[in-house]
Amino acid sequence: MTDLEEGSKVEAVDRVIIRFAGDSGDGMQLTGDRFTTASAVHGNDLATFPDYPAEIRAPAGSLAGVSAFQVQISDHDIMTPGDAPEVMVAMNPAALKSDLHLLIPGGTLIVNQDTFEERNLTKAGYDYNPLEEGEDLEGYRTISVPMTSLTKEACKDLGVKPRDAERSKNFFALGLVSWMYSRPTEPTFEWIDERFAGKEQIISANKAAFSAGHVYGESAELGDQRVVVKAAPLASGTYTNINGNTALSWGLIAASQLSDLPLFLGSYPITPASDILHELAKHKAFGVTTFQAEDEIAAVGAALGASYGGHLGITTTSGPGIALKSETMGLAISLELPLVVINIQRGGPSTGLPTKTEAADLLMAMYGRHGESPLPIVAAQTPSECFFAAIEACRIALTHRTPVMLLSDGYLANGSEPWLLPDVDGLEPINVEYATEFNHIREDGEADYWPYLRDEKLVRSMAIPGTPDLMHRIGGIEKEDGSGNISYDPANHSRMVEIRAERIKRIDVPDVEVVGDPDAEVLIVGWGSTWGSITSALGRVRSSGHKVAHVHLTHLNPFPKNLGDVLKGRNHILVPEMNTGQLSLMLRAEYLVDAKPISKVAGQPFTAGELEQTILNYVEEKSTT
Amino acid sequence: MTDVMDSEAVPETSRADWQSDQEVRWCPGCGDYSILTALQLLLPDLGVRREKTVFISGIGCAARFPYYMNTYGMHSIHGRAPAIATGLALARPDLDIWVVGGDGDMLSIGGNHLIHALRRNTNMNILLFNNQIYGLTKGQFSPTSETGKVTKSSPVGLISEPFNPISVALGAEASFVARSHDMDRKHLQEIFTRAHAHPGASFVEVYQNCNVFNDGAFAEITKKDARDDMLINLIHGEPIQFGSERQFGIVQTANGVEIANVSEVGIESLLVHDETRSDPSTAFALSRLAKGPDEPTPVGVFRAAVREEYASAMSDQVMGVTEERGKGELKDLLHSLPTWEV
Ligand SMILES: Cc1ncc(C[n+]2csc(CCOP(=O)(O)OP(=O)(O)O)c2C)c(N)n1
Ligand code: SF4
Ligand SMILES: [Mg+2]
Repeated sequence: MTDLEEGSKVEAVDRVIIRFAGDSGDGMQLTGDRFTTASAVHGNDLATFPDYPAEIRAPAGSLAGVSAFQVQISDHDIMTPGDAPEVMVAMNPAALKSDLHLLIPGGTLIVNQDTFEERNLTKAGYDYNPLEEGEDLEGYRTISVPMTSLTKEACKDLGVKPRDAERSKNFFALGLVSWMYSRPTEPTFEWIDERFAGKEQIISANKAAFSAGHVYGESAELGDQRVVVKAAPLASGTYTNINGNTALSWGLIAASQLSDLPLFLGSYPITPASDILHELAKHKAFGVTTFQAEDEIAAVGAALGASYGGHLGITTTSGPGIALKSETMGLAISLELPLVVINIQRGGPSTGLPTKTEAADLLMAMYGRHGESPLPIVAAQTPSECFFAAIEACRIALTHRTPVMLLSDGYLANGSEPWLLPDVDGLEPINVEYATEFNHIREDGEADYWPYLRDEKLVRSMAIPGTPDLMHRIGGIEKEDGSGNISYDPANHSRMVEIRAERIKRIDVPDVEVVGDPDAEVLIVGWGSTWGSITSALGRVRSSGHKVAHVHLTHLNPFPKNLGDVLKGRNHILVPEMNTGQLSLMLRAEYLVDAKPISKVAGQPFTAGELEQTILNYVEEKSTT
Repeated sequence: MTDVMDSEAVPETSRADWQSDQEVRWCPGCGDYSILTALQLLLPDLGVRREKTVFISGIGCAARFPYYMNTYGMHSIHGRAPAIATGLALARPDLDIWVVGGDGDMLSIGGNHLIHALRRNTNMNILLFNNQIYGLTKGQFSPTSETGKVTKSSPVGLISEPFNPISVALGAEASFVARSHDMDRKHLQEIFTRAHAHPGASFVEVYQNCNVFNDGAFAEITKKDARDDMLINLIHGEPIQFGSERQFGIVQTANGVEIANVSEVGIESLLVHDETRSDPSTAFALSRLAKGPDEPTPVGVFRAAVREEYASAMSDQVMGVTEERGKGELKDLLHSLPTWEV
């Protein structure tokens, strides 16, 4: 920040959206991530959106291989990584071709000029060089920098192999953008030392490249491009920049501590859920056991086995894995055992869009099992809120002895935001009690143990193996309520179906809060990761003089008790969701209201702008008819 | 909580203590009865506690087993018992876990879980009741049914060749692999005792007669007067010999093993059975000796080798990391990425 005072022409802006785009091999995710951390430490509010291809290394230079990282940094509270970038770094022609249309008119474009040679141009589908000919770049402020050669030049006396030197060009870009946005250098240098410890050549190459980028900015050519985004006036406290999957993993560990039960994760790798397995595998010192199973069925089976043994059993996956786990979820419903099933949703059906976001598994969570098999559903709404959503899912599972589905998605999983760290001592403990004594008197007067005797919330008694005297058998065959013995009795089955539904309904979930203009005719109902886009969009709609109300659901089964009252009598209910109308279908069925979906199924989150436009159009049309 | 109790003497129990109050509902004459009886009679002698014993099963006639045991038990879903048992065993290494299922349950729908449970070698005793048929669903062929078999689902004869469960288990490098049959209680009990004592995943194939849908499938080798000539008892450290006069023996050949007349080859050239060989190839060759239960068939322990047990290795890792870094603190975890103050 001291650099600031030295610089002469520094323009202050309240927020900026920057997009780093390049080939998968160019290290754009790393670059974006570093810039984000430097901004976070600088005190900006921010939100990120990594947007990368499913292929690990699509052919170099191809359109399919373009990997991008978008970040919005701001001096005020923001909810999304922003709609259209104002600054774009394009490391090769393919990145320019695929992402240029996103840049706002008049936006700043920084390109690595060295890559604009015939082979790369052809791969990207250009039959000319857009830096020299054509009208592609008209209306943008283009800064063409020979990043590759400047990086090589900067590394030339370091004894670094030319290939390694070339690989550092993303640090050149980072240095340049860091200079433009007055980001401090030291944190990045410290990070380079740590990350590449033991690889002295790489450390010196990366630092040299970063400095060269910084110096390039300082040089006369870019003197007037420097911008500062002041720190945001966030609530005071300690912050960290966190993505959804990390927050979710930590929430699971927190739940394990709050319930005093060891955490057992059964999982099978799948994008975008694998990072939870990776994260939890690192935390064995918290008594965490991670089990990478042979498939998703074994993963959920092992988690259920661990739950049965009195541990906190969790399984993580994405849509295709949920399909495989559904029979075991049915078993858990029948056994009335705790289990947390986490679905990091992605574009479907089938393999669909593995690295892109979608929220189209709500109805699958709700109805996607055989028989009448209800289970509670919790959905996270921001990356950091994944922490609390995970605790809530575990709380319900453990205290109500039921499988719970926790829904997140690719956008939350990989997107990050600053998080005001909660006081861990303030988190509410999760009280789990297992039976240790007989709970029933037989006809002959002897005491015995009945596993399906229930409390007022209809939660059954649970004795874990190892408990003396309470030996009993449970199974997926219909059982008699109370004794738990096999029963094919018609009346008993009806009763059990009813109990299984009723005990989900009796779960306490917090009421929804209506925000915005509570009495507005138009109500927006959202769920999950659309919270940020909806909140930003409604801010704009309201500031243009229209009244709108918003409720956001984190509990989708059971619905909050007051939801019916909130919806009642409203003729204009709009439901933005990243599917073709799944929540609106549920609201229609449950409350007989005319809930209209606003759908997006493009593998991309809603932008605040498109939601704003759709809602404005609706509001205006409504008032003219 | 359990350590204190374990230091106390295990209370004496009788067969009745291991029987649940549930009515046994197999068809009269089913081989499953004799396996149940053998185990209920044996358990009092194994020095284990009922509350520490858990039976986990999938679906099928065999899989009804847990309901009849006065222990903890879970009758789960078709094929998945080894997976569920693995989670339980990892969470609760203090328990004695038995997995019971049929040939369809464990080799068809659950084949993947079986081979991985054996490969990982988590402590559990897996009992596969092989009746070479789907009993519960009333008589379709199973993955162990013989080629040509006529069943409801193969009215013109079964096309495919059967799995040999012992070969499958050895292929997965199971550390304990044995075979017994429902007609010989003593042998069953010997094998169950060995399986139980083995640290790691033990696999026991039990030839089991389904008298309703596949009656007599093993009669040629298991009926009393045939056993001497048709069952080859594998005894560790002894030359493999069988026959009413012990006139036959097993010799190793370039391609595996074969039956020879002891009088022709001499007793010293017979293969001496070694359960503990770390290479499963010889055990595998023995498992290939009989094409089906109508030829002389080895029974007993094919393999009992020492391999690292998965659950203890896993908890060693957890304890090792905890010792090295200290018990995890949630507050430190939340502060483990770069933080800043506002
Ligand atoms: C997912 C699923 N598919 C099919 C079935 C039907 N089913 C129940 S048991 C069984 C096969 C039983 O054969 P086996 O495992 O050999 O046991 P046995 O009855 O012979 O003891 C089948 C196909 C089921 N219960 N669940
Ligand atoms: S169908 Fe066969 S295996 Fe099943 S209980 Fe009857 S006899 Fe036994
Ligand atoms: Mg069978």
